[in-house]
Amino acid sequence: MGQAVAVEHDDHGHDDGHHHHKETFVTKYIFSQDHKMIAKQYLITGLIMGVIGIAMSVLMRMQIANPEQPSVVFEMLLGKWAPDGVMDPGIYLALVTIHGTIMVFFVLTAGLSGTFSNFLIPLQIGARDMASGFLNMVSYWLFFVSAAIMIGSLFVELGPAAAGWTVYPPLSALPEAMSGSGLGMTLWLVSMAIFIASSLLGSLNYVVTVINLRTKGMSMTRLPLTIWAFFVTAIIGIVSFPVLFAAALLLIMDRSFGTSFFLSDIYIKGEVLAHQGGSPVLFEHLFWFLGHPEVYIVILPAMGLVSEILATNSRKPIFGYRAMVASILAIAFLSTIVWGHHMFVSGMNPFLGSVFTFTTLLIAIPSAVKAFNWITTLWKGNLQMNTAMLFSIGFVSTFITGGLTGIILGDSTLDINVHDTYFVIAHFHLVMGISALYGFFAGVYHWFPKMFNRMMDKNLGYVHFWLTLIGAYGVFFPMHFVGMAGLPRRYYTNTNFPYFDDLADTNSLITYFAIFTSVAQLFFAYNFVKSIFYGKKAPLNPWKSNTLEWTTGDKHIHGNWAGAIPHVHRWPYDYSKLNEEDEYVIAGQDYVPQHIPLQPKEEEMNH
Amino acid sequence: MTAFLIIFIAALLAVSIWQITKIIKLGKSPDPDTEMSDVANDIDNKRNGQGMLVFVVAFYIMMIACFIAYKDFFLPDAGSKHGAEYDNLLLLTGVVIMIVQFLTQALLHWFAYKYHGKKGQRALFYADNDRLEFIWTAVPVVVLAGLILWGLFSWNDLMDANLDDDPLIVEVYAYQFGWKIRYSGADNTLGDANVRFIEGTNALGIDPTDADGMDDSVAQEIHLPVNRPVLFKFRSQDVLHSAYMPHFRAQMNVVPGMVTQFKFTPTVTSEDYRNTEFMNRKVRKINEIRRQKSKELIADGDVALDPYEFDYYILCNKICGNSHYNMQAKIIVETEEEFNEWLSTQETFEKSLAKAKN
Repeated sequence: MGQAVAVEHDDHGHDDGHHHHKETFVTKYIFSQDHKMIAKQYLITGLIMGVIGIAMSVLMRMQIANPEQPSVVFEMLLGKWAPDGVMDPGIYLALVTIHGTIMVFFVLTAGLSGTFSNFLIPLQIGARDMASGFLNMVSYWLFFVSAAIMIGSLFVELGPAAAGWTVYPPLSALPEAMSGSGLGMTLWLVSMAIFIASSLLGSLNYVVTVINLRTKGMSMTRLPLTIWAFFVTAIIGIVSFPVLFAAALLLIMDRSFGTSFFLSDIYIKGEVLAHQGGSPVLFEHLFWFLGHPEVYIVILPAMGLVSEILATNSRKPIFGYRAMVASILAIAFLSTIVWGHHMFVSGMNPFLGSVFTFTTLLIAIPSAVKAFNWITTLWKGNLQMNTAMLFSIGFVSTFITGGLTGIILGDSTLDINVHDTYFVIAHFHLVMGISALYGFFAGVYHWFPKMFNRMMDKNLGYVHFWLTLIGAYGVFFPMHFVGMAGLPRRYYTNTNFPYFDDLADTNSLITYFAIFTSVAQLFFAYNFVKSIFYGKKAPLNPWKSNTLEWTTGDKHIHGNWAGAIPHVHRWPYDYSKLNEEDEYVIAGQDYVPQHIPLQPKEEEMNH
Repeated sequence: MTAFLIIFIAALLAVSIWQITKIIKLGKSPDPDTEMSDVANDIDNKRNGQGMLVFVVAFYIMMIACFIAYKDFFLPDAGSKHGAEYDNLLLLTGVVIMIVQFLTQALLHWFAYKYHGKKGQRALFYADNDRLEFIWTAVPVVVLAGLILWGLFSWNDLMDANLDDDPLIVEVYAYQFGWKIRYSGADNTLGDANVRFIEGTNALGIDPTDADGMDDSVAQEIHLPVNRPVLFKFRSQDVLHSAYMPHFRAQMNVVPGMVTQFKFTPTVTSEDYRNTEFMNRKVRKINEIRRQKSKELIADGDVALDPYEFDYYILCNKICGNSHYNMQAKIIVETEEEFNEWLSTQETFEKSLAKAKN
């Protein structure tokens, strides 16, 4: 079986002059420049941030289910923010804000893209490391610093930032408007500025690596879809993150140096402020110029991972490789010109609203193409139901369910009445939150053997998947209906509107599902930690996959391949390919890894 | 409704318990402890494939159950002219979405079951098909083009805040954490205003030197005459707010430093809206919930909740600070005569200015 898997370590082992140097503990585990170690650092940091972010969401749900009721949990975790165990409205908004920030940036951007871009780009394109190992290391440590500052901001006197993850001024600019807009907001902005620097260093590295360091034979059209996704994600990041940096910088100036970029005509706490001539709408434009591409920065890597895993486990080529690449490019392009759909009712010119409706609904087309291609990939396959595969199928399911409601929200007319209601929360959690998490889990289950040379327990994986699938839909499907009732998001309690009284039961139900789903993640946490140390030894290519990372052997060395880097002779999706005699191309195995040259009697195809 | 929820939860729990027992059983099955034992085998493939099938059925039941159990959650027929058009577009879009949802989820999960792996089963090497790609690019293009066009026509009508039909001009003024409403008086023209004029009783900062503002009057709740177009001008004194009037399908952000606007025609008086069959049922249900809750409250020595009577409301829908959750005002839609009578009792800016001088 494994005959064609490991690349033989022949005698031109060191022909490229690469030497394996001695590593100390510090250079190997802490200030490592090895992309594999950096990927694991991103993974672990991302997971820890994920635990914090999800715990925050549970606290919020508990408050919504039992508004203003004392809870021991609040008393324990929130301390002075929950006098007598009753959550303070200010800290509720802080939880909303930091949950959003952590999940979007620290878990789904850095944890997902950071982990898998770092891990897979060099391994799958056949490179010994990133173009700059040093910058890669700096990128991780900047991320670490920004995460530490963000967590640190939870402990300042007046509380962390609480103006929502979108930090719209003037609320975020004026400490008089809310206590979280004091030092908490300053730390938020500093943390994000450092995060952006980290993200840019990472993205530049990914782009340069993909363009320059592909092994011989690895043309762009032979790249696995994972790499296409990471590559394009990095480009979107480079285009849009600097704009957020500008927004953050101008906001810092408005806050600390008396400028008026976003502020005008404000009367607060009995005083007229000197600010004149700025516009909060300008900030919204700058924010969403990143903010919208950001959701694609989150979802594209998940799409790439899922495409790869679906093909491998279906034992079939991904359906419509070129259409998949084209739709990634189309999504990337369109993602930068749709930001205005977050602002239909912001007060901007209604004509702009028309334009953004048009571009927004256009983006549904490449998304639909991708969904149909994934479904067709399953058709007539020989589906290997590994945990990664289950999460990939779950991804397609939640991506469709969540994506479809985007057609309502993206339509400027329909957005009027559902804007900022729970309908939006349900939509984006399904389409980018849950879907991206499924992509993340799929990636972890699939590449765990490569990362740690051990297998994760499949049965625990199955329990994790099924409980999560049921729980996540239990949380977010009923939530659409709560939103249809016109219930606004970010409300500390709904009891001041008797009109919403009949939603209370459903809100409790959602909370139960949220707790249930979070507890189910313990199966993953246990499985993950246990398998690192006690998992079964992994075979070299457990999923019988075609991509290059499975050819390195089981030694983790800086430089990836002990011998020469393998050359590539075909695309990565030759699963179940038959030769002219209707036999598998390689007798007895239904896959042909990328480094295997064209076999006798095999027809060459141009994909 | 509660019964539905309970059945639904029970079903989901049953599914999960069933899955877990199966999985535990699998764990015990005589699986040789080889290095491949954590890779899915034929039994895993089959069980999880069946799981997909059961899941999609349960998922469909849940979706249908939600639509039945939560049908009261949908907002009732709109109380504004454009609302009917809005609701039709929403309904059409909703139907399209649900059709696509039902079809694609069925295919996805059915394939996952049907083609679950078996030893010796050969997958079909099927890499692309231009015709298929064309079909599922073209179909969404056509469907979306239809939705976009309808949406854009409605949007243009809605956002066209012209003065041709002599709308009543009203200012909605937002601050942390409440609303004030300024009526433009007999001249139907709002006087200039800026936060820099805020002083004493002039809480909205109306320019005392502008003659247009003299007949303006300020109220705590919004009164609107039925069937007359109303042009709302929104102004904020401090941070971003959003004026959301769900029963009129109306929303616009309120932005400090600029004036935003939204125009609609209320078509149903508060009285009539309150007495619709839907609202009667809904309010009865809410009051039943409130009675139950009051019983518990009284048992704990607290004050009972007031019974609820429906009124249109405006609420803040953009995070604006700690009391964001309770920034609301009542909207009363009444006949032209009632409205005029009410308006005549309101104190004009000129009078309040004179009073302040004394």
